[in-house]
Amino acid sequence: MTRDQIAEELPNLAESKLTALVVDDSFVNQTIHQKLLNRLGIENDVVTNGKEAVDVYCSGRNYDLILMDMDMPIMNGIQATKRLREMGIESKIAGVTTRANEGEKKEFMEAGLNDFQEKPLTISKLLSILHKLNFYVQT
Amino acid sequence: MQRQVALIKQSLFDQGYLDEQFMELEELQDDANPNFVEEVSALYFKDSARLINNIDQALERGSFDFNRLDSYMHQFKGSSTSIGASKVKAECTTFREYCRAGNAEGCLRTFQQLKKEHSTLRKKLEHYFQLARQAGPKETARRPK
Repeated sequence: MTRDQIAEELPNLAESKLTALVVDDSFVNQTIHQKLLNRLGIENDVVTNGKEAVDVYCSGRNYDLILMDMDMPIMNGIQATKRLREMGIESKIAGVTTRANEGEKKEFMEAGLNDFQEKPLTISKLLSILHKLNFYVQT
Repeated sequence: MQRQVALIKQSLFDQGYLDEQFMELEELQDDANPNFVEEVSALYFKDSARLINNIDQALERGSFDFNRLDSYMHQFKGSSTSIGASKVKAECTTFREYCRAGNAEGCLRTFQQLKKEHSTLRKKLEHYFQLARQAGPKETARRPK
C-alpha cells in the first residue's frame, strides 16, 4: 500500500502526529510492528513487557495508542492493561496476540482493551485498529 | 539472475515453506529499509535458535515439563507466524498438541521434524537473500503469481 493509498484511507493521518507504544517481548514482532507504525507515519517507542509499559506511563510519557501483546514475562498484557486502566490511563489499547480462542479474547478485552487483533499484524489490521478507534480527522 | 530469484521465491511459496505473511513483510520494504525482510529473518533465526537450544536442554534433562515446553513453543510459533514460516509453524502446532496430551514421545518426534524444517528454511532463505542482493532490489518487491 503506497502512502497515497494510505492517505486516502485515513484523511489527515499523516498530519495527525499520532504516537504509539509497542509492548511485546519478541524482537521479531517489535521490529515488524514498529515498521508498520513507521509506514503510517506514527511515531513510536517499544518496551518488552507489561511492567515496562506501566513504568513508562509512570514516568510521565503518554501515547495515543498502545499495541499490547498478551504473553510476556514479568507482567503480561492482561495485567498491564488492568494496571494502566486502574491508573486512569485513557490511551487506546489494542490487544495483539496469537491467542484467539473466545475465552482468552474475552479475558483480554475485559481487562480494558479498546480493540483486539490476531497476530500477525499487517497494514490492513493496523488500519482497521485505527479506523475502529477513530484515529483520523474527518474532512 | 532476476528470473532465478523469482523462481526460487515462487518455489518457497509453492512448496509451503512460506505463506502470505512473508509477502506482507516484503510490502514493508522501502528505500529506508531495502533489506527489511532479510533483517527480520536474521532476527527470527537468532531468536528461534535460542528457543531450540532451550527446548533441547529441557528434553535432554529428561524433564518433560509440558507447561514450560508449551510456553517455549508458543513463543516459537508466534515468531514463526510473524515471518510466514508456514511449515515450522505447523510443527510448532503439532508439538503443542502433544504437550497438551502429555505425549513425550510425540513431542520428541515432532521436535526432530521441527528442527529439520527450521534448518531447511534457514538454508533456503539464506540462498534466496544472497541471490536477491546480487540481483538488485526490484525483484524482491515483486509478488509471486
